[in-house]
Amino acid sequence: MIDFISQPWHWSFSGFMIVVVMFILIFLGKRFGISSSFKAVCSVAGAGKRFEYFRYDWKGHDWLFVFVIGTIIGGAIASTVFASPEPVAISQATISDLAELGISYPSNVEENPGFIPLDLFTFENLATARGIILMVLGGFLIGFGTRWAGGCTSGHAISGLSELQLPSLVAVVGFFIGGLLVTHILYPIIFNI
Amino acid sequence: MRLIQFLLTGILFGIVMTKSEAISWFRIQEMFRFQSIHMYGIIGVAVILGALLHFWLKKTSLKNSLGKSFSFKDKPPLYKAALFGGTAFGLGWAMTGACPGPLYVLFGHGYWIIGIIILAAILGAFVYGALKSFLPH
Repeated sequence: MIDFISQPWHWSFSGFMIVVVMFILIFLGKRFGISSSFKAVCSVAGAGKRFEYFRYDWKGHDWLFVFVIGTIIGGAIASTVFASPEPVAISQATISDLAELGISYPSNVEENPGFIPLDLFTFENLATARGIILMVLGGFLIGFGTRWAGGCTSGHAISGLSELQLPSLVAVVGFFIGGLLVTHILYPIIFNI
Repeated sequence: MRLIQFLLTGILFGIVMTKSEAISWFRIQEMFRFQSIHMYGIIGVAVILGALLHFWLKKTSLKNSLGKSFSFKDKPPLYKAALFGGTAFGLGWAMTGACPGPLYVLFGHGYWIIGIIILAAILGAFVYGALKSFLPH
């Protein structure tokens, strides 16, 4: 059983399982969406005293905090009990493109299971321009952008599109405009200086 | 008891995100270079099955766990916010290689550096809330 779950999943099964999670949340009377948690943290910390946006009944979001704690625990379980025997099998074309930027791909899971580029995302790199752009500015834009757009991949791309919501389609177009700009324009610049 | 349901659902989501490899910075690189069907396949299957699910939920007379009918609120028609905010998030998605769900999952893997990205995201949400009235929606 554990071996069966531990092998890398086919994308069609993964897509199905995401819908299972979405259905459970809908059945429990909630909407699938993670980025609201960033707003909820600000509200709990008292940001509502200064800004109207954070004045809402965040206690009604207690389930979201518990769900987020669950995802953290789920990550811990998946990385230990259900760890894959091989690194994430990305395409050869991506491996070559990343090699041109000087980012190497791990050859075995002991070196790196292939979830984050371990030599790039380090505390030491927070002292470099590249590290600040990728981690601090990148994180900032995730919070700022998802709250502006009113959702992230879960809220807009998965639930919004499957509810056939037009604003969600516009948001997903935006996700790709931003993602393509960074991948094809920003990365070549920041990795060649 | 009510909250335990959400804890268990969250644990399932963390496992699904990991095994789907949607939390991988490398998979996101591959997606934005159009070099594999992997991420498009996951999102495509989820959207198509999700659309069928919503279609069924709108017709069914079954009730949810609270004993209520299934109802879905329309997203507010804020197209400028969706486009500009979506683009800002897209920049961050490609920079960090993770969207909000995967950030929490990766933190659970023990990649503590991801905590910095989560803190920066919370700061970003705060700055949005402070500047909201000055931004186009």
